[in-house]
Amino acid sequence: MDTLDTKFRDPAVEEFDTRTLLKNADRQAKQRHYEDFLIIDVDAHHYESESFDAIAEYIEDPIIRHSARAKKGMGAGRPTITNTQVGYQDVAGRVPRYTTRRSEKTPPSPPHRDVTLTKRWMDAMGVDMVCLFPTPMLQLGLHPQVEVEVALARAYNRWLIDTILADEPRFRSMLYLPFNDPEACYRMVKDFGDKKGVVGFMVTSARYKAVNDNAYMKTYALMEEMGLPLSFHAAYNWDDRALGNANRFITAHALGFTVFNMINLANWVVNGLPERFPKLRVAWIESGLAWVPFMMQRFDNEYMMRSSECPSLKGKPSDYIRQMYFTSQPMEMVGNRTMLQETFKMMNAETQLCYASDYPHWDMDLPSTIYDLPFLSEPAKRNILGGNAVRFFNIKDPAWCDWKLAARAAKAAAQ
Amino acid sequence: MAELFVCKAGEIGEGEVRIVALNEIEVGVYRHGGKYFAYRNHCLHQGGPACEGVMLPKVRDVFGEHKILLGQTFDEAEMHIVCPWHGWEYKLETGECAADARLRLQRFTVVEREGGVYVAV
Repeated sequence: MDTLDTKFRDPAVEEFDTRTLLKNADRQAKQRHYEDFLIIDVDAHHYESESFDAIAEYIEDPIIRHSARAKKGMGAGRPTITNTQVGYQDVAGRVPRYTTRRSEKTPPSPPHRDVTLTKRWMDAMGVDMVCLFPTPMLQLGLHPQVEVEVALARAYNRWLIDTILADEPRFRSMLYLPFNDPEACYRMVKDFGDKKGVVGFMVTSARYKAVNDNAYMKTYALMEEMGLPLSFHAAYNWDDRALGNANRFITAHALGFTVFNMINLANWVVNGLPERFPKLRVAWIESGLAWVPFMMQRFDNEYMMRSSECPSLKGKPSDYIRQMYFTSQPMEMVGNRTMLQETFKMMNAETQLCYASDYPHWDMDLPSTIYDLPFLSEPAKRNILGGNAVRFFNIKDPAWCDWKLAARAAKAAAQ
Repeated sequence: MAELFVCKAGEIGEGEVRIVALNEIEVGVYRHGGKYFAYRNHCLHQGGPACEGVMLPKVRDVFGEHKILLGQTFDEAEMHIVCPWHGWEYKLETGECAADARLRLQRFTVVEREGGVYVAV
């Protein structure tokens, strides 16, 4: 046996760097030749809380802006005008990037630090374009002050447009809708629906407003008219009375990230919103996939007996659900290959499912979770990883990551 | 198969790990309880660097009379290495996945001789 001398690495003393953490993802991307097709990540995040001081300056209301400024310099985690939830997203320190990422070195801005960090993981995974969402703001729908939700939503959206979306063709976002104030939602779409990088609007699902309330109809009509899609991004609320019975985070998360979207989707369908807004594209984000066949089967079964309660429907609930869009993460992949294949079939995944990583969150999925599925054809894989998102967002100007462009050029030159 | 020189004996402290590589195969070499353990730095879940995360004891539920739950505790006799991508846990001494013993990290043999630590890859 040959003895080779090699340099070792000691992870304990290495500086945190996204590119090092994701070197195996980079290897996957090159092995699978992701340069051959566009990959769009429909749900990934940054930590807007780390830019809170800058966002606070965008708050229009002088009193709320003053309250936000009073937090300046206190750092994350201090009591402030933003609301938080008890939670152990990092599996109690077992997913260390939640804390170590703060020490990652980036060049001076511009571009904004979040742009640099996001591009690092996108490049490693072979992701070309991203729909970027905030993180702590996913809980903002539970804020006790409606006016604060509206103020922070407008401030964040304006800051995002100016700072992140304006100069980055690979970045898009569905802007946060302050759903507890229907009029403010309408104004948000009117004011920002045509801004660069804005590809739709997003409702955080953990809240207590019915999506079928008449107050929202003019906003849906406006979005339909503007050709902008609507999404519902899952979140948990451990303070919810039902989820309050959960004594461990796994339960609050696994159920919480699904149950609010179950209720929202049910209300959306049984109230005939797909018939009322047939051209409004709707997506359900970060609830996984296993709930979709459940909703189809459960509601079809009851609809056959209670269609009188849903007179606007011209087909079964599953017929409408099958026309909606869903994001893939967190895809249930443990010991259920047959069920997963059937789920893809039931939901028309080849045209309706969009890949999402949810990076940098703890339950993120790499593109290989889709690409390596043996029951998908190559065109189906490419649709789910990018093509369906092009249609969902109506993207006319796809932007590729640099290494994939270089690889494509090299291949073209060699031919 | 090749033998990789990892480091001098004693350079890996108790509970520490060193990562060595042969081409695209990376191996995490651990020292714990005076013994060495080596596994492929590749998580069976999504391919994360399984040997570059934290090491923690197994968590156990503690039950009392009538099977009431008294609380939870760390079991220092069963150390786990945790993949930093998603938190999949593996038993340090066997490489078995803590949540499903049918899954195991690829294991390598570590030899200490003539003042050096070597791993066969």
